[in-house]
This record gives sequence, C-alpha cells and structure tokens, in this order.
Amino acid sequence: MIQAKGIHKQFGALHVLKGVDLDVAERELVFIIGPSGSGKSTMLRCLNRLEVPTSGSVVVDGIDLLDPRTDLNHARQRIGMVFQSFNLYPHMTALGNVTLALRKVAGKSRAEADEIGHAALARVGLAERADHRPGQLSGGQQQRVAIARAIALEPRVMLFDEPTSALDPELVGSVLGVMRALRESGMTMVVVSHEMGFARAAADRVMFMDDGLIVEQGPPAQIFEAPLHARTRGFISQIQRH
Amino acid sequence: MIETFFNAAIMAQAWPIILAGLGNTLALSLMVVPLGLAGGMALALLSTLRSPWVRWPLMAWVDFFRAFPPLVLLIFLYAGLPFAGLELGGFACVGIAFFLNTGAYYGEVLRAGIESVAPGQIEAARSTGLTRLQALVWIVLPQAVRAVLPDLLSNTLEVVKLTSLASVVALPELLFQARQAQSLTYNPTPIVAAAAVYFLLLWPLVRLLSRLENRAVASRR
Amino acid sequence: MGGWERFTETFLNAKVMARYWPDIVSGLGTTIELAALIVVSGLAAGLALAVLRSFGIRVVNWGIIFVVDLFRALPPLVIIVLIYFGLPSIDVVPSGFVSTWLSLALVLMAFSEEIFWAGITAIPRGQWEAARSTGLGFTQTLAHVILPQALRITIPPLTNRTIAITKGTALGSVVAVTEILGQASSAVSNSYNPSPLTLGAAAYLVLFIPVVVFGRWVERKFR
Repeated sequence: MIQAKGIHKQFGALHVLKGVDLDVAERELVFIIGPSGSGKSTMLRCLNRLEVPTSGSVVVDGIDLLDPRTDLNHARQRIGMVFQSFNLYPHMTALGNVTLALRKVAGKSRAEADEIGHAALARVGLAERADHRPGQLSGGQQQRVAIARAIALEPRVMLFDEPTSALDPELVGSVLGVMRALRESGMTMVVVSHEMGFARAAADRVMFMDDGLIVEQGPPAQIFEAPLHARTRGFISQIQRH
Repeated sequence: MIETFFNAAIMAQAWPIILAGLGNTLALSLMVVPLGLAGGMALALLSTLRSPWVRWPLMAWVDFFRAFPPLVLLIFLYAGLPFAGLELGGFACVGIAFFLNTGAYYGEVLRAGIESVAPGQIEAARSTGLTRLQALVWIVLPQAVRAVLPDLLSNTLEVVKLTSLASVVALPELLFQARQAQSLTYNPTPIVAAAAVYFLLLWPLVRLLSRLENRAVASRR
Repeated sequence: MGGWERFTETFLNAKVMARYWPDIVSGLGTTIELAALIVVSGLAAGLALAVLRSFGIRVVNWGIIFVVDLFRALPPLVIIVLIYFGLPSIDVVPSGFVSTWLSLALVLMAFSEEIFWAGITAIPRGQWEAARSTGLGFTQTLAHVILPQALRITIPPLTNRTIAITKGTALGSVVAVTEILGQASSAVSNSYNPSPLTLGAAAYLVLFIPVVVFGRWVERKFR
C-alpha cells in the first residue's frame, strides 16, 4: 500500500531524515516510536507530501506522490491524516469540518455530504455532536471529529501524528477506542505515538527511529521485550518508567 | 512624463522652498506630538477615576473629537471664531485643533494600555506603601506605555501626516510650500518632490510599524 | 444685546441656517456617497492585495509591500493634491470628487491590506495542513478555512481604521468637492456668518458619532 524508498529530508543544514525505507502492506498497522527530534513526524508528513522529501520516492496506493503530474489534492483524499493538535476549523461545526472536503474536493452535493458526514460522526461515537463547534467539545471529542473528517473521505491509508499527546490522560481512551475499531475494519494505518499499550495490542509492526534512521523494526513483542539495539533498549526502558 | 513630474530645472528652483517647508513640518510635528500626548495622558489619567461623573463625560469628549474630522475643527477655529472677535491666527488654531483631536486618540490608546496592566500590579505597589498616584506613575504607566507602544507610534505617524492640514490655514509647512512653488512654476514637480520628502521621512516608521503590527496580531492567537 | 445673545446670533443664527441648511444636507449626501465608495473600493482592493500576497510570489510581494508602504507614509491631503493638481499636466483631469475618492481609497487599501495580511498570517499553520491533507487546494483552503477565521480577527482594527480614513472626506473641500465642509465654507463666505459651519459640524457629528459608537461596540464584541 505504501512504498517509500531512500527518503532524505534536509532543512537547510539540518539533516532530519537520512535515507528511510518504509513498506506498509494493505491492512497493516505500523507503529513508529522514537525520541523527539528523531524524524518520525517528518517521515509521516512525507507520506502525504505535507513535507517534500529532498530525495527518495513515495508511492501510496499506486500513486507516485513526488511525480509533478500527480493530482496531489486528489491523491490526498485517499490518505487521511490526524494531527497532534487536532487542527479542527474553529469557525465550523463538527459536521461542517467533516463535510467541507466532501463538498469541495469530492464534489458531493450538500445533502450527500451531510449524510456521509453524519455516518462518519456516528462511527466515532459523536452522532449527537454534529452541530457543536470545536470550542464546545472536549479534546478527545475534537480528536474524534478530526478522525471522522479523515475517514469520511474513505481513505485507503490513515496517518496518525501523535494523536493522543495533546490530550488529558482520561480522554486518551476514547480516541484509542476509535483507532482500534478502525484497525478492526481493516484500515491500513501508520501511527506515530508513545502509546505502548496500544502498540502492543494492535500493531503488526513497530519501528524504532532515531537520528533520522530506522534503528530496528519487528513485531511488538520483539521490540518491547527483546530489542536488539542498545539505543532501542534505552528508549523503551525510559518510556516504560513513566 | 519625466519632464512634467520630475523636472530637474524646476526641482532645482523649488528645492529651497521645499526645504523650508520640511523644516516647518518638523517644527510643527515637534510641537503637536507632545501637545497631543499631554492631552491624551491627561484624559487617560482621568479615566482611572472610576466615578461615573468622570467616566461618561470623558467618553463623550473622546468620541466627540474622534467623530469630528480634524479639518472641520481647524476650519471652525480658523474661519468661525473670528466672527466672535477671536482672531487666533493659523498657528494657534493648528495647536488647539491638534491638542483636541490627537489628544482624544492618544487618550484612547493610553487608556487601553492602562487597562491592560494587571490589577495585581497596583495592589502590590500599594502594599509597599506607595500612594495611588505614585503607583500609577511608577508602576502602571511604564507597563502601559510598553504594552501599547505600536499603537502610540502608529498614532504619531498619523499626527505627523496630519500636519499637512496646516497648509489649509496658510502655515508654510511642506505641502503649502510645495503648492506655492507649483503655482509659481506651473509644474507639479514640487508636489512630487514634497511627496517624496514625506515618504523618505516616514518610510522607516512605516516599516517598523508593519513589523510590530504583524507580531501583535500573531500573538493574539 | 447680551453675550449669550450675541453668541447665538453669530453661531446659531436661525435665519442663516434656514437659508443654507438645504446646501448642508446636499453636502451630507455627497459625503455619504463619497464615504461609501471609498469604503467599498478601498476594502475590496486591500483584501485582493492581501490574497494576492498570500500566493508568495516574491517579485509581486515586493511590489505590494512598496505600494502599501507608500500609501501609509503619504498624508492623504498630499495624495489628493498630487492627483488633482498634478494629473492635469498630462491631460488627465480628474474632478475633485474622483481625486478624493481615489486618494482615500488607495490609503484605505494600503492600511486594510496590512491588516488583512496580518490576519491571514495569524492563522496557525495546522489549519493549512489539515485542509490540504483532506485534498483541498490552496485557493479552496484560503477561501473556506483561512479567510473566514482571518476576517474575524481583523474586524476591530479594520473598523477603527476605516472610520478614521472615512473622516478624511472633509479633505475633499480643499479640491472643491461640495461635501459638507465645502458647502459650509462657501455658505460662510456668502452669508458673512459662521452659522453654516455650526450646521456642518453638527452634520458630521450626526454622521460619525453613531459610527464611532459602533466601532467601540465592535471592539468589545470581537475581542
């Protein structure tokens, strides 16, 4: 589903990604962990071209994202993204947030878009909050609206960039619940997060990134119980102490 | 085109006249900016008295002069008062009009600044034994002025630009001098030159303000 | 005759006022017309420039910044005089009305562009990224996500600036526009009595006091 090869990313003199390869199969859930500044978020953002890699190739669902002839906006409909800070549109209702791209990009009528939008909000358990504005929702509810905004477009892949890091601990569970349901429906997912419990339970594969490179990857049991590299061990033990 | 608007010969001829005008514009600004600031400071300090007998007349005063176009005020003083036997002359009229008009604007800016200072600041100052006035002067005002510095500068830019109104009552400032030179030479070059002088004089301030304002809006989010 | 009577005879002369108030009313009409044209065209041009600037074409942006700085730095009266007395030298003869309209619209364009631009840049980057990640294009994101939020935060500064510039319509009297002040001034010289100026001043207050009060309300509401 995703083939990213030899990704390098430089911001001026700063070398953030130093040749990362990432293959994600259909229906697979890949989990990326690593210390801050390791390049994991940048890597994720290369997968829908919010960042343009300095070199390398990114192919998602058969579409070459770095080909200048690619209709990027069309391609991005198939790649859902969920952000750490939700990034809901504060001037629109929950339903308005979910239906904007349906109407403007997918070309649906308002009635059609509203129907799909209500269904998407129901999937994340917020059917009754359709007319609320982001400011009237809790952080967990906002993040679920953001997930609904992405899944309403029926993406082939979902990217999660630290979806629970900005949430109060008691609100994390509701978001992880939605993610788990999404996983069970067979969605292909790439998740950057520190939620080790979720990774253990739901991930097919865990990747540890450090200093712009993938240090090691494997099934969650292996990475968490028997990591091969000292750097991975150090990071895991540090995380688990919290 | 260049012959018409950027005529070198006429420029050379008009230059001394323009220069004298620039001098007067600067002198005028040096008079009216402190005058307006003083008026504004008085209004802002008065507004800290919480009594409705002060607040409401004060707000009416400020709104009155913010609604009144400064040129109308100036003409009223200059062309109206002489009918009552009060011949003040252009210079005094400009001074009074600016004191009233720009004072109201500076007053609003400074009042907003004073209101932005946390009440805890006054309480802390009073708790150390400072009087109300001392707390206002030494603790509140410095913070207030810093908080609204961009607005104060922006208002000052407008005041300096507004001195061009003095040309209407025949004070020989930059615009008046340029128009004199224009009518002597039958050529618009002197006015273009005056515009260029204004621009060169005020551009640095505009640049600075643009930076400060962008930062101010950005920080509100 | 007492002092008060002399004062009213001079500044509130009923006979003179009765004679000239139709002129002042017609001047009020001209002022409103001029102000409306300035506000609509100035704000539209300012918004258009701010949107154009957001495309980030370097050479275009240099041009926009220069034009904005120019019309922020020049006194409005200088621009009016330049257009009214300068352009006829190249056989373009704008009326006083057009000169005033054009000048103040350019000034409002410059100030409002700066305010709109500050509003656009104040919207967090995440808003752009979220919209783009759902496939919205640049222009769609600007129109549906960024501008609605940006316009809201620009309303208070924009209102105050618009009021201040609209008051500049009185400058039109310098170039023979028959707006309130122009009408009042010529009535004063015809009647040898300043009462028309009192009327004119009252007309300005009737027009602008509600606007200034509205500006105060907007400031409270949107902060």
